[in-house]
Amino acid sequence: MSRSKEKEIDDRFKKFGTVSFTSITKTNDFIGYLENGKIMGTRCKDCGINFFPPRADCYRCLSGNMEWFEVSGFGTLVTYSKLEYGPVGFDADLPYSIALLDYGDFKIFGRIAGNIPDNEIQVGMKMKAAANRLPNGQLNYVFQKV
Amino acid sequence: MGKVGIIGVGQSAFVRQYPGSIRELAFEGFKAGMKDAQITVKDVDASVICSAPEYDKQRSPAGVFAEYLGLNPQPTCYVESLCSSSSMGLRLAYSLVKSGLHDVVAIIGFQKMSEISSSESQERMGRGADIQWESPFGTMMPAYYAMYARAHMVQYGTTPDDLALIRVKSATYGQLNEMAVYRKAVTFDMFADPKDRMAAPVASPLRVGDCCANADGSSCIIVACEEKARKFSKKPVWILGLGAATTSVNLAGRDLFTGLTVAQEASRQAYRMAGISPKEIDVAEVHDCFTIAEMMAYENLGFAKPGEGKDLIRSKATYKDGDIPVNVDGGLLSKGHPIGATGGSQIRTIVLQLRNEAGAIQVKDPEIGLVHNIGGVGLYGNVTILGR
Repeated sequence: MSRSKEKEIDDRFKKFGTVSFTSITKTNDFIGYLENGKIMGTRCKDCGINFFPPRADCYRCLSGNMEWFEVSGFGTLVTYSKLEYGPVGFDADLPYSIALLDYGDFKIFGRIAGNIPDNEIQVGMKMKAAANRLPNGQLNYVFQKV
Repeated sequence: MGKVGIIGVGQSAFVRQYPGSIRELAFEGFKAGMKDAQITVKDVDASVICSAPEYDKQRSPAGVFAEYLGLNPQPTCYVESLCSSSSMGLRLAYSLVKSGLHDVVAIIGFQKMSEISSSESQERMGRGADIQWESPFGTMMPAYYAMYARAHMVQYGTTPDDLALIRVKSATYGQLNEMAVYRKAVTFDMFADPKDRMAAPVASPLRVGDCCANADGSSCIIVACEEKARKFSKKPVWILGLGAATTSVNLAGRDLFTGLTVAQEASRQAYRMAGISPKEIDVAEVHDCFTIAEMMAYENLGFAKPGEGKDLIRSKATYKDGDIPVNVDGGLLSKGHPIGATGGSQIRTIVLQLRNEAGAIQVKDPEIGLVHNIGGVGLYGNVTILGR
């Protein structure tokens, strides 16, 4: 079969996280930005609402007219948990902490950077989300101290 | 329009590994419900089959069960809202009866969790959250609820010891429940002993003892229009209030981490429909998939003010002889949590309580009971108020 007849499939989202459960989404550009060290959300160009995680569709005005914006500045640690067990496929990462950061306009769910000692993690502390490459070549983002 | 009554309740024993197929498991709960109602399959006009998907090889179990339970040619359908599936099934059955479309409907909840391995099961349950934006970080149900526990502790001074007290209570009653999967005692000292399995960390600050037991099981609730309920049953239990709500699946879309908004909203609806306040509840079953979930339920249902849930368990107010007995059948923590069967089992417990047929766990002469059943990590909330 000639290559020209193959349909180009954009399945970049399969690179997100230790194990991705999604490969095709209209927000695949998120992965392109992440490759370049940027964490991006989407903004509805019609009504101005910011979304993180990024969405292709605005529920407020039903528009699909979105633009990307970069997550910048700091967030506040809302809560977290350190896992001693993980689901299938995550054993090599253990132990790790999942957490939620509040950026004011939106919140971000992710992981706390593995190099932060437990006794330095406190709810309410300022942290920032940063793009991260995992040992298995996958991409995610982690929360770092500021 | 008339009331809708519950005329029969039943469940299988909740067990670690059911030695049969899912249709045979469903039959156990159904048989118990039918015997309790003392009706025949000819009296049942429709069935609603409830479970969380992706545990079974069988696709579309509803049609398979309808045949196995002897409910052909009556219509059936499948309802799922993860762990609150059978409360959602009850909500659908209520509307089918209330609309006049059917007179008698059987709601059968089931789950055979042992169809897959424990780590596969954790993975399935984790995928009941946001698979696109959360699961790639390695999430699990205990870790999500642990995040709520952390927030509750930081904001209100709730402690791991308070959560342990909830587990001790559940185990007190799990020992009395022949249907329970976990029938051993759990003591406060076990949580203090780092070598004890109960104290082993799972997802901080939750420990093994804070987590419910997986189980296989089935449940059955049979509802009827007022006329048929009075004809078939000497002690019909009436559905007084129903509430249901949803919220953002991703925690990033939520604002409250010390409670579940779906429980607040569903209970507001249910109290309003029943025309009562939380003070009038005599006995309750709440969704204690984790100890923190029961703590938050106290507050979200209005049994305690926000942050004061810990006072209820410290004072033993939620024990059988307390002001507001909660989960005196062992709860999900000790009775076990076969996902799709859980809501039906909770409803069964409250119906038996209101009929004064709960045996060793009978609360003194209750008139109104409440069931709080949550799906996913507070993604779906169902609250049902029942009265005699």
